[in-house]
Amino acid sequence: MREQPLPSPDEFACCLRCDSPHATSALGERAATILRGGETVLLWGPLGAGKTLFAKGLCRGLGVTDEIVSPTFTLACRYEGRLVVHHLDFFRLDSEADLAEVGIDGVIEEVEGGNAVMVVEWPLLLLPLLPRRVELLAMPGPGEQERLWRARGQPALPEPWRRLFAGGVPC
Amino acid sequence: MRVLGIETSCDDTSVALYDEARGVVANLVSSQLDLHEPFGGVVPELASRAHLVNLLPMIDHLLARQSLRLRDLDGVAVTAGPGLIGALLVGLSTAKAIAFGAGLKLIGVHHIEGHILANALSGPLVLPAAVLVVSGGHTEVVMMEAVGRYERLGATLDDAAGEAFDKTAQLLGLPYPGGPAIDRAAEGGRSGRFRFPRPMLDDARVVFSFSGLKTAVRLAAAGLPRPLSPEDVADLARETQEAIVEVLVARLLQAARQRRARAVYLAGGVAANRRLRAATAAAARDAGLHFLPLQPAYCTDNAAMIAYAGWCRLAHGQADGWDLDSFARAPVVSWR
Repeated sequence: MREQPLPSPDEFACCLRCDSPHATSALGERAATILRGGETVLLWGPLGAGKTLFAKGLCRGLGVTDEIVSPTFTLACRYEGRLVVHHLDFFRLDSEADLAEVGIDGVIEEVEGGNAVMVVEWPLLLLPLLPRRVELLAMPGPGEQERLWRARGQPALPEPWRRLFAGGVPC
Repeated sequence: MRVLGIETSCDDTSVALYDEARGVVANLVSSQLDLHEPFGGVVPELASRAHLVNLLPMIDHLLARQSLRLRDLDGVAVTAGPGLIGALLVGLSTAKAIAFGAGLKLIGVHHIEGHILANALSGPLVLPAAVLVVSGGHTEVVMMEAVGRYERLGATLDDAAGEAFDKTAQLLGLPYPGGPAIDRAAEGGRSGRFRFPRPMLDDARVVFSFSGLKTAVRLAAAGLPRPLSPEDVADLARETQEAIVEVLVARLLQAARQRRARAVYLAGGVAANRRLRAATAAAARDAGLHFLPLQPAYCTDNAAMIAYAGWCRLAHGQADGWDLDSFARAPVVSWR
């Protein structure tokens, strides 16, 4: 149970500004329109940055009607919408051995099957298992409710994500 | 009747024995066991493996201490969900094997029902009651018309209250688990210096939202010199606790009013929070409602509440089949 080291904002090419919690969840909803199945989205950011809020918006954008709550305690939640969403959170995990606890192999398999996506908060432990991924970093901005969202991809940030970020309020 | 209870829904392994004639005769929780005891030795971690290693030796130990054999029991009650699916499966498979092998009844118990009925272990229940279930993973209000008849009135929209304690504690540099740490730190704190939001208090629905509290605490702490002084931490902890407790109590009393409950109860790990217990007692007194705080041992996850809940169903002639399955998520359901 601890905050994981975050990547440096300098390593992210794209940046946009959300000036309210609502803007963060709206960003999640817009991101959902990009998803075709098979994608992995990692959410970096300190406590209270809006990671779960983004995930809520993304799930709503995918037509999930269940209430999306923080997965910190349950580690993994599976929702069904236009695509299946695996919402994971490894804030409480300390070792890779613990990954078996959430049945991570089954989750990755379902995502690779193409009808599911994976959204992961506190994703440090997962990095070695995920060669292809979109990574978002949320940091509190200068304004009280402001969040700066940055994006990068491995091996590269897909074009639709680039366009999504280019269409936002610049940092 | 004697019922063995098994609880493995999260981090702790717990086994207990409920005897109709004597009440709870044993309640073992792995994290509270002396590591030098012969069956202990595994520090609870987020792994089904720990449950696997702990469970059978703990059951053996419990039965040996009571000079009982499996065939002296009538049923095995086990948490079927909600919880971590791998962890739940360890308890469920073990319960099935024991019940099948020894010819006992198998009773699957909803974890939330266990927490709610833990209140019956402290004294006779006054019903109907509104129950606030608050822990690291749950924050919900359940209306209990009778034992076995429940209706979930509402729940958190984002973070659970226990999670809010844990995460704000981390922001303040306090240790894990955050609930007890904030409870202690708040003791010397002054009220009025900080003011955090009480979200959705004017909402007519029974809903909670604690995710915004992290931002409020972070912003308040950001305006102070680092490292935070003990006074600053105490004042921040006090207001954090106050913000969480005030919302929880207001919602519980609102639900009790709306549904004309005669009593309010607390359940779950956060029910051990002293400020929450005191504030609930005061609010219940003002509203003319019965309230008796739960013993701390029955707040956190324990098998005594599972054994008791299982006995309640058994006493009503109910049991489950061998096809009983575990589940990660589902609201508490009525069984009569």
